[in-house]
Amino acid sequence: MSRVTITTKKATHVNKISKLILDDGTVFDGMGFGFSTTTIGEIVFNTGMVGYTETLTDPSYSGQILTLTYPLVGNYGVPNPKIKDDDGIQKFFESDKIQVRGLAIHELSLVASHWNLSMTLDEWFYNEKIPGISGIDTRALTKKLRSKGVMMAALAVSDNEIDVEQVKNKLAAATNYNSEEFMDQVSTKSEQVFGNEKDSVVVIDTGTKNAILRNIRNIGYKVIKVPWNTSIEKILSYKPKGVVISNGPGDPQKCPETIKTAKSLIEKNIPTLGICLGAQILGLAGQASTYKLKYGHRGQNKSCVNLDNNQVYVTSQNHGYCISPESLKDSEFDLWFINADDKTVEGIIHKKQKCIAVQFHPEASPGPYDCKFIFEELKHLMGEGKSAKK
Amino acid sequence: MLAYGGQTALNCGVKLNESGILQKYDIKVLGTQVSGIQKAEDRQLFKDSMNQCGIPVLNSKTVSNFDQAKKAAQELGYPVIIRVAYTLGGKGGGVAYNEIELHEIVERGVKASLVGQVLVEEYIGSWKQIEYEVMRDYAENNVIVCNMENILAMKVHTGDNIVVAPSQTIDNREYHMLRSASLRATKHVGIVGECNIQFALDPNSERYVAIEVNPRLSRSSALASKATGYPIAYMSAKIGIGYSLPELVNPITKSTTACFEPALDYIVCKHPRWDFAKFELVNRKLGPMMKSVGEVMSIGRTFEESLQKAIRMLDIGNDGLVLNRFNGQTYNEEDIENHLGRPDDLILYYVAAALKKGISVDRIFKLSSIDPWFIEKIKNIVNTEARLKEESLDKSLLKTSKKLGFSDNQIARAINKTPSDIRKMRKENGIIPSVKQIDTLAAEWPAKTNYLYLTYGGDKNDLEIKSDEQGIVVLGAGPYRIGSSVEFDWGTVNMVWGLQENGEKNIAVVNCNPETVSTDYDVCNRLYFEELTLERILDITEFENPKGVVTCVGGQTANNLTPPLAKNGVNILGTKAEAVDSAENRSKFSSVLDNLHIKQPKWQAFSNLTDAKFFAQEVGYPVIVRPSYVLSGAAMKVVWSQDELKTYVKEATTVSPDHPVVISKFMLNSLEVDVDGVCDGKNVIIGAIVEHIDFAGVHSGDAMMCIPPWRLNNKIIETITDYTNKIAISFNIKGPFNLQFLINEGHVFVIELNIRASRSMPFVSKLVKINLISLASGAILGKELPTIPHDHWKKIHNYGIKVPQFSFMQLEGADIVLGVEMQSTGEAACFGNSFYDALAKGLISVGYHLPKEGTALITIGGDENKEKLLPTVAHLKNLGFKILATEHTAEFFEEKIGDVETVYKISEPDRKPNIADLLYEGKINFIINIPSTSTLEKYVGMLYDEYQIRRKALELGIPVLTTTELAESFVKTLDWLQKNDTTKNPIEPYDIIS
Repeated sequence: MSRVTITTKKATHVNKISKLILDDGTVFDGMGFGFSTTTIGEIVFNTGMVGYTETLTDPSYSGQILTLTYPLVGNYGVPNPKIKDDDGIQKFFESDKIQVRGLAIHELSLVASHWNLSMTLDEWFYNEKIPGISGIDTRALTKKLRSKGVMMAALAVSDNEIDVEQVKNKLAAATNYNSEEFMDQVSTKSEQVFGNEKDSVVVIDTGTKNAILRNIRNIGYKVIKVPWNTSIEKILSYKPKGVVISNGPGDPQKCPETIKTAKSLIEKNIPTLGICLGAQILGLAGQASTYKLKYGHRGQNKSCVNLDNNQVYVTSQNHGYCISPESLKDSEFDLWFINADDKTVEGIIHKKQKCIAVQFHPEASPGPYDCKFIFEELKHLMGEGKSAKK
Repeated sequence: MLAYGGQTALNCGVKLNESGILQKYDIKVLGTQVSGIQKAEDRQLFKDSMNQCGIPVLNSKTVSNFDQAKKAAQELGYPVIIRVAYTLGGKGGGVAYNEIELHEIVERGVKASLVGQVLVEEYIGSWKQIEYEVMRDYAENNVIVCNMENILAMKVHTGDNIVVAPSQTIDNREYHMLRSASLRATKHVGIVGECNIQFALDPNSERYVAIEVNPRLSRSSALASKATGYPIAYMSAKIGIGYSLPELVNPITKSTTACFEPALDYIVCKHPRWDFAKFELVNRKLGPMMKSVGEVMSIGRTFEESLQKAIRMLDIGNDGLVLNRFNGQTYNEEDIENHLGRPDDLILYYVAAALKKGISVDRIFKLSSIDPWFIEKIKNIVNTEARLKEESLDKSLLKTSKKLGFSDNQIARAINKTPSDIRKMRKENGIIPSVKQIDTLAAEWPAKTNYLYLTYGGDKNDLEIKSDEQGIVVLGAGPYRIGSSVEFDWGTVNMVWGLQENGEKNIAVVNCNPETVSTDYDVCNRLYFEELTLERILDITEFENPKGVVTCVGGQTANNLTPPLAKNGVNILGTKAEAVDSAENRSKFSSVLDNLHIKQPKWQAFSNLTDAKFFAQEVGYPVIVRPSYVLSGAAMKVVWSQDELKTYVKEATTVSPDHPVVISKFMLNSLEVDVDGVCDGKNVIIGAIVEHIDFAGVHSGDAMMCIPPWRLNNKIIETITDYTNKIAISFNIKGPFNLQFLINEGHVFVIELNIRASRSMPFVSKLVKINLISLASGAILGKELPTIPHDHWKKIHNYGIKVPQFSFMQLEGADIVLGVEMQSTGEAACFGNSFYDALAKGLISVGYHLPKEGTALITIGGDENKEKLLPTVAHLKNLGFKILATEHTAEFFEEKIGDVETVYKISEPDRKPNIADLLYEGKINFIINIPSTSTLEKYVGMLYDEYQIRRKALELGIPVLTTTELAESFVKTLDWLQKNDTTKNPIEPYDIIS
């Protein structure tokens, strides 16, 4: 007999009525779970097969309803959000709440089992007042998004019958994702400090994942997380060794203050790393332009080619916007990484200054750890360690 | 390239390197270098390598007494597993949870060990067993193709485990921690191409250890390829010749890179197929030694669907996990709990039984180490069974049941209706499965290929079949098992190619065996990785609306579907379903033979014991009893007494309840002959007449076979040819067929006709250089066969011999004496310039060591057998071999030929010289052991001793010859080898037939 303990928990906030209604009129019927409410957002898909806790707490999903292509979700439950690491950063979560507006899946596991769980997925959704739908053909939904592009959608979960027309009207009247402002929702209101080393890195929080903070801690620096619109003067006052502009939701054009700060960082040659939205912001600061992809890149299996050495890395991604490759010609940046499949821009490097940026997520969580070396590159820019670059 | 032929090729490559051959001829190894292979294969080098790259491995200590063991166990922490060094079959070891248990096991183990040592190791049976498949190129790009989780945890070898892909119970941190470790390990070992790495993961923390790295394509890699659609072997070969991963294109999308990690949007379940029923005395428990003979892979969108599909695919008569035909056994709680703790092939059924008894998930988990998540899913199945039985079946319950993988058969059984009632109700309510594509990217990119499965987890098909795309559906053979192996896959694939060569543009294949070529999605136009059940084939034909279905190349699994498919209005291509049925139905078959004036051994069908007894008495024992419609002698038996007959009737009706049981006279001392051929209704092409080396009574799958026949005279060959023509034409066969004959005292009897591809067809085709299946594909389409002379096969100057490969070593306890139940798990066919040239190569291929000199142990039961073997033993002596024999045998041969040394039985250990000692000391090179009568109760009393000799010899790798024919051929081969070397010629291609 094995002598191990057992940690399982049953789903409780399930068996509700639910409908997912797309902007093109398609209606999916399913089982509702989590909180009974109606939500509206841009519907996008993610192809990762593991890591829903990390994904759902990634602030880049703000304003979106997410569908997961992997059909079985909730198997291992959700860990305790209160558990923090030595620096006081949440250990298992990428931010302090569920960031998606709704979740659409094929099957919610009605029992979760894992040594590290503290609640089930539906329970977590209920607590955070977020609706979910289960039991729909997520493959059919994904194929629709692939062919028609991402679109607005409404997710209704209710204990009673749902009036489809009413939801449709609500959907028609809602603000489009593209014009939404997210920074006030996702960015920290005040500075936060993690660690007490002498040397620090400032993270401009445009919706940062905790993993970015953890990774900077791992390379040995104090982290100072500041609001998205922090001025260059304020940032310089910390005397940081370097700056990271984080990931985050929405159109990068909606962050003019951050773009302005980024320009100054480049000018003053402060070692800077941009990640995801941060990369787009740096791109815009350096005269490149950005555009929106048809259905984005969201998953953990995205191959990126490092043009320095033609090495290919499997990366974790979550973005709808990206830097236009044509615009790089007349910008301050050179191409660094490209997507192996659709050849989109996955990384840029400043022609003169100490500034690099990647469209993918080197901090992983969820996803593969293969690109942690990007943080080593930042460290190198800050005058320490070795570069893997030729 | 060493990584593609399994362990055999890998070992061969390492030996070529060690013996300097590679260096001598300046041969480069492509892909993983030999040094890398050694780092993975050698236990110590492996541990060192893992330590160097920061990957934990299991801790262990070698000890030689209890005090040392106690200290070791305290350091390692309980529980510990004690492995006994240098003993056979893992005897004497065990798991100790405390000092008292440790004491007992160590004392016993130290005694059992030949070197007085045992290994004390951390016990991690309850840990999760997780595997990753890694691809890596020369430029150090690397990706994970797939990860897999073993449901039965570390307790059971992955080959015997029920496996899901991707992993289900580990979170992002664990998944990517192990993923990173996989990449570190393979980089450190220096893998180029593909490898499989196994981890054990603590179910209570993030602690893990690496168990092993397989530096080659393995069974798991084949599974990973099929599970993801990523063609691992193909890509690995490209990498071997110098391509980098980014240079290669994903062949499914034909536009994205191969340097990526597949994202699945379904769950795959692999289930092993065991054939324990065929082995007497075998231990069915599952553990560290793999015992299964084949596997299936199922694809679904829920775990329950995937699991129940897999069980149906096994073709063992079960319709799923519950609601099977033979439910109703009563289990008591103690029995269930014992089985949960020590898993055997029925483990998941015991989990279901436990849940029905109300045993808690917690308790089941603690006993079985199966993660509660899987147990809860099984509980969903069990609960749904209860609902089906209790509630009235409405649309919602029907839909729920289908989503959880219940078949129409199961649902019908629950509510006392027929499966076709359920099918009707489903279709009326629009509950039909969706056809989905496997595209490696979870729908993110469009797939250019049609690698398909059916699921109730969806409501949209990924494709539609346009009217100009309607084609032909070819049914494959399902899992490898004893009696149905790669031969039938060869048939399936060659049928697809044959049909394509005949101008057919749309060929769909249905099969569920991940080890096959027919399930490569690029062999046909549309591949359905699906169940070979009536329900599913009807689902597919309703979707495909094909011109016809081919059922004659997928062995008995596909063949059995012929009548019900025809009954459901599906057009069967080739021989008419009625003709197939009348060949399988013994009374119909007999009346055809009677009309043709062709003889059969006396037989009768019976449904009650009295009739059977009466018949047996009339013709005299022994008799052969068998059910009709079952391949490879399942439940077929030679019966020597009335008591045996009684036991048999019960058994046979269990295996094939829908078909009557047949009893026939067993003709001793007969030759058996197979004829493989093709017919177009008018013309017959005989591939070859194949003679069995062993006498009738050894199952045709276990018999050694020879082309051309060498004991048949021209008259008999003419008769066989004449009978073959007559039978093929009178059944209006259009396609492949196989006829079996018995030659007794110059008379030719027909045993059976199979109107389908046979096990020996690839062997025959390759020797006579005519692809019989390719010819059959034309016949099936109604085309006339080309003219090939009846005696074409006689003009071949080569000899071909097919030798069975047995896996008794892996099956603890199994006896190796052959009988009418087929037991071999594979075969080798070798061609040569002479009979002995071919036979020598054949025997070497299946693992016999053929000594030039040495010692033979001879032990023969019965005077008749002794007399028969006299010339062989005399011959052996003349060749210079020393002869040892047991008492009676020694007496006999001493008198006849002299110089025979007497040795004593294993059961009399005090009498020296004793066989046991001689075996262990390696003083015996091979054994001729003919069981007393091949008869009566083999295992009682005195005969147990013979069993012990065979078993011990087997475990020590010493050849044992158990039939007089084999012994004779073996000795003649030794003679031949003393004077000759075997030939080494490449196989010639098929003749071009116009």
